[in-house]
Amino acid sequence: MRKDEFWEGVRGGFPIMLAASPFGALFGALAVDNGFTIADTVFMSATVYAGASQMVGIELFGNHVQPWLVVLSVFAVNFRHVLYSASIAKYIRHFTPVQKFFAFFLLVDPQYAETEKRGERGLPVTFPWYLGFGLVIYFPWIFNTLLGAIFGQMIGDPKAIGLDVLLPIYFLGLVMGFRKRDRFLPIVAVSAVASVAGMHFVGSPWHVSIGALAGVLLAACLPPTETAAVPPVAIEKEA
Amino acid sequence: MDPQHLNLIYLIIAAAVATFITRIGGYVLITQMKQIPPRLEAALNAVPAAVLTTLVAPAFVYGGFDVAVSMFVAFAIALGLNLSTLRMLVIGWVVVMLIRHVVL
Repeated sequence: MRKDEFWEGVRGGFPIMLAASPFGALFGALAVDNGFTIADTVFMSATVYAGASQMVGIELFGNHVQPWLVVLSVFAVNFRHVLYSASIAKYIRHFTPVQKFFAFFLLVDPQYAETEKRGERGLPVTFPWYLGFGLVIYFPWIFNTLLGAIFGQMIGDPKAIGLDVLLPIYFLGLVMGFRKRDRFLPIVAVSAVASVAGMHFVGSPWHVSIGALAGVLLAACLPPTETAAVPPVAIEKEA
Repeated sequence: MDPQHLNLIYLIIAAAVATFITRIGGYVLITQMKQIPPRLEAALNAVPAAVLTTLVAPAFVYGGFDVAVSMFVAFAIALGLNLSTLRMLVIGWVVVMLIRHVVL
C-alpha cells in the first residue's frame, strides 16, 4: 500500500521533472560561466534546491555582490515558500518531525501546488506519496545541473552563443508569472524605475535592494484590497 | 581549498539555510500566529516580483542594444501568445543570435 503511494507520487512528479530539466541544465551552464566549479554548482543544486533563487545567487555572485546581499536576495526570492508551508500545514500535520524536515526541504512550487490540490480534493497526503513526488524531481534536478555544468565548462565565450541573454529573460519570465497578483503593475513599475535609478546613482549591487524595497514599500502603503490573498500556484513550474 | 573558494561554499550553505527557513517558516508562523496583518501580507506578496524586477530592468537599460531587443521581442511574443518561460527563453536566444551573427 505504502509502496503504491510512493509510485503514484513518482508518476505524478515525472512530467514536472521533464519540464524542469532544461532549467537544471541551464543553471549548471550559467553557474560555471559565473565562476562556480562543477562541484560548487552541483552542491548548490543539491542543498538550495530552488531554481529561480539559484539563478539569482549565481547572477549576483558573478557580479561580485557582497555575500550577505546574495543570501538576502535568495531569501527574498524564496519568500513565497512561507505562504506554501503555511498553506499545506493542515495537510501534513500527521507527518513525524523527521518527515516534516524532508517535506519542507522538498517544498518546491509544483510540490506545493500538487499537495494543495490533493488535500483540497480530500485525497490523503501521505508521506510516501509526497516523497515519491519530491524525489523524482529532486535527483534529476541535480543530475541535469551536472550535465549543464560539464557543458558550460566546454564553452569558450558565452556571449558568442548567446548565453548572457538567458538570465535576464528568465527573470523577466518569472516576473510575468506574477502578473495576476494584486498591484502587479505599480509594484513592477516602481521597482524597475528605482532599480535603474539605483544602478545609475548608487551603483551595483545596491540597485537590487533599492528597487526591491521601493516596490515592497509601495505594496505596504497602498490601501489594502478586499480580496483575500490566495497563495500563488505554479508561478514558476521550473523553480 | 583557497579562502575565496571556501567563502563560496559558506555562501551556498547560507543560501541553503535561508531557503529552508522560508520553506518551514510558514508552518511555524501559522502554528504561532492567528492572522497576518493585511499590510504585512501585501508587502510579503510583493517581495518576489519586486526583487526579480530589479534583475530585469537594469539589464534592459544597460545591457546593450542586442540584449534589449531580444528581451523586448521575447516579452512581447510570450505575453501575446501566453508562452511558457522556456519558449520565451528560446525566442530571446534566437533573436540575440540573429542580431550578433547575421545582422551585425
